[in-house]
Amino acid sequence: MLRALGLRAIEDLFSDVPAEVRTDGLDLPPGLSEQDVVVRITEMLAANRSMDDMPMFLGGGIYDHFVPASVRAISSRSEFYTSYTPYQPELSQGILQALWEYQSLICELSGMDAANTSLYDASTALGEAALMAHRIHGGRVFVIPRAIRWNRRSVLQNYLLGGSLSVRDVDYDRTTGLLDLAKLREAVTPDVCGVYVETPNFFGRFEEQIEAIREVVADAVLVVGINPVAQAVLRPPGDYDADIVIGEGQALGNPANFGGPLLGIFACRQEHVRKMPGRVIGLTRDANGHRAFCMTLQTREQHIRREKAMSNICTNESLLAVSAAAYLAVLGSNGLRALAAENIRRAKDLAAAIDRIDGYVAPVFKGAHYNEFAVRAKKGYDRVRKGLLDHGVHGGIALKRYLPELENVALFTTTERHRPEHVERLLQALEALA
Amino acid sequence: MTFRQATYDEPLLFEKRSGDEATVDLTDLVPATIRRERLELPNLPEHDVVRHFTRLSQMTFGIDSGFYPLGSCTMKFNPKYAEELAALPTVARLHPDQDESTVQGALRLMFELQRALATISGMDAVTLQPAAGAQGELTGLLLAAAYHRDRGERRDQVILPDTAHGTNFASAGMLGFQIVEVPSKDGRVDVKALDAAVGPRTLAFMLTNPNTLGIFEERVLDIADVVHDAGALLYYDGANFNAILGKTSPGKMNFDIVHFNLHKTFTTPHGGGGPGSGPVGVRKPLEAYLPYPLIAFDGARYHLDYDRPKSIGKVRAWYGNFALLVRAYAYILRLGSDGLTEAAERAVLNANYTMHRLKGILEVPFGGIRKHEFVASAASLVPKGVRTVDVAKRLMDFGFHPPTVYFPHLVEEALMIEPTETETKETLDAFVDALARIVGEDPTTLKGAPHHTAVARVDEVRAAREAVLSWRTAKARKPDSL
Repeated sequence: MLRALGLRAIEDLFSDVPAEVRTDGLDLPPGLSEQDVVVRITEMLAANRSMDDMPMFLGGGIYDHFVPASVRAISSRSEFYTSYTPYQPELSQGILQALWEYQSLICELSGMDAANTSLYDASTALGEAALMAHRIHGGRVFVIPRAIRWNRRSVLQNYLLGGSLSVRDVDYDRTTGLLDLAKLREAVTPDVCGVYVETPNFFGRFEEQIEAIREVVADAVLVVGINPVAQAVLRPPGDYDADIVIGEGQALGNPANFGGPLLGIFACRQEHVRKMPGRVIGLTRDANGHRAFCMTLQTREQHIRREKAMSNICTNESLLAVSAAAYLAVLGSNGLRALAAENIRRAKDLAAAIDRIDGYVAPVFKGAHYNEFAVRAKKGYDRVRKGLLDHGVHGGIALKRYLPELENVALFTTTERHRPEHVERLLQALEALA
Repeated sequence: MTFRQATYDEPLLFEKRSGDEATVDLTDLVPATIRRERLELPNLPEHDVVRHFTRLSQMTFGIDSGFYPLGSCTMKFNPKYAEELAALPTVARLHPDQDESTVQGALRLMFELQRALATISGMDAVTLQPAAGAQGELTGLLLAAAYHRDRGERRDQVILPDTAHGTNFASAGMLGFQIVEVPSKDGRVDVKALDAAVGPRTLAFMLTNPNTLGIFEERVLDIADVVHDAGALLYYDGANFNAILGKTSPGKMNFDIVHFNLHKTFTTPHGGGGPGSGPVGVRKPLEAYLPYPLIAFDGARYHLDYDRPKSIGKVRAWYGNFALLVRAYAYILRLGSDGLTEAAERAVLNANYTMHRLKGILEVPFGGIRKHEFVASAASLVPKGVRTVDVAKRLMDFGFHPPTVYFPHLVEEALMIEPTETETKETLDAFVDALARIVGEDPTTLKGAPHHTAVARVDEVRAAREAVLSWRTAKARKPDSL
């Protein structure tokens, strides 16, 4: 090949790189055999304790649901995972249809008319939703619950830097854990472009005041944060006129992966479609009149619109969207609704069992929960958390980092994955540590 | 090569016959006011679901299906060992809120990857947090803004060459910065024009090197001087990093901020649109602003370092796309210093060989050697009524994924071709032979292409006009295309 180019050495191909900037190779060790790489990484990672090694009662946005083997078999089809963004629809009809089906499934869950093929995760979906609320409404303040994961707040603040938008917090009711309606009324001033509400919320509570919240939000944009599995048994936000629905889609057939990749769900009403960020797949026809799919409304996107684009997002989380579609297809409405009910039931039972142990209150907030709930350890949670690890069980997330007034409170999560012996181990350890 | 893509009239999931709805008793579980009584998802036999998606996969073209010379996307072979490692329970089944003592292996891998990327790029510190290249850009610009702000300076302009990726413009626009575009000269940054453009308002100049024409910016040190003399920062868009591994580095070229695309240079699979991973490296003066947490090592334990008072905070939830970090690190260990350098060499050789063979078939504007990619033009076919899009569609009939088309904008009827190092001479020859044949074909054949894919040419205008993005909307509106 060099000869064809009239060159002698491979170095001749780098003659345009000035000597002053040249480096001589890389200061890394030489390459390893495939076997050595596999052994080295597997051994390094063996220092981890996974959810297979120890029961964990962790949630807070990432949930350990059982994933049917069919889902991974589907997402492991190498035509799917080794393809690029489907810029050429004729060659990519399969993944385009799968992604359109994903959009459709998200719309069924949320009651929205349109969904994109994903954003990075729920936190960036929140940032993008705030920017979109500003595009729709014009106001410069975005209202969020004070009880929210701090990583979502931190991401939101970075996303809002450019639009000089500000974030306003609304506190929660100390008894119910729900949004404080009186405080929400005070917060929603005419310069508010949008309000973000989660259901289930940070404490696992279903937001029961949704109609009242809709009224307070009035003509500002209502953004609802969902858990897609819980959504199977909850009224769709489209029912109460939400404008935008976001959520973390990891729970739909994707592993926890130490927090990434995740699946940012983003859906909206048809009237807002042209202000939506991210890639969307549309229905159309081919030259012979056959049904076909392609990426569409691309004039919203960076490669066409550049700095006027709705977002800078290009690479997203499409493969996780395919997994989510496969998961929802395997479970169907029957499977998903039964799963959501099972999670609620288990959390209810677990909270009651913890509450029966002297030294703990669970749930801290009264009312209906999804699959997680706040637990108060009367003598402090730090010690309990460490003690649980010694008992071979991982306790919930300490909440004082997010909300300092919740000094001794932790968020415990359970799913269908926990076996009776896991729950038993937790309860015995809690009792021993009370 | 003859190519026929699998073709099925595969109905939508929603059009399949659904089983009966089961009732779920939610009485004591969900308050009646917020309870949902029905969910309209189809209930299908599992085997039908697997068959459905298997058929869809067969109507999808990946790198494993064939040559994929999509310019600027670095579609090289995705090694299978990386897939196996990423599927380990010690990767997949870790919750990010686990106690640090239970994730020492994960933290160690991330720590070592931070160091390897710092070495490769010549930077002092690296964050693995950004989810993709564009988010790396956003992060880099946030870092630049924090750096200037800390020095009491308000800078609000980002300068971009006209060859820049669309994401550069969008990332700067999203943060509210004013964009100043500088034109190219001979396919390179016009240093004089850049000198005239920079000033006290300049936050950063973002540059891809080699640029999107595949041309190495030889005057990069002059560019760095111009940018730094104005007090601004020089940003390296790492989309084309594959061309320079071991030959030069952003550090050596005096860049201040770098983003990597692990899904390009370090070959994590792109998943039909994502996930990606976009770590960012910086020089010492910018380290304090990196998103928290960084992964630190105290000689005995690895930990998540949140004690970073000047940090910009977070750009996404948790620590990065960990499953992709595992794949990328496995690839770095597998290739090592020798293999990574050789990857760049072969990528550059393959691009130049393909370009050389293509001369006389299609126009290739700008002279000289290229790095990992080059841009050809189909402008010479326009008089006979054929455009780049027609050539691209016809390439599919020969079993090739088309190159990136109509980018960069300064080349008319552009075809941006990046063969990558993992392709053989036989494949490259077959690709050029196909293009040679296509160029000689009658316009009707080209306009009617593709002929051998699952569907014929897709009406993208109709899709945008109808904007039917879901089954719900389709059912309500009953568009012709349904």
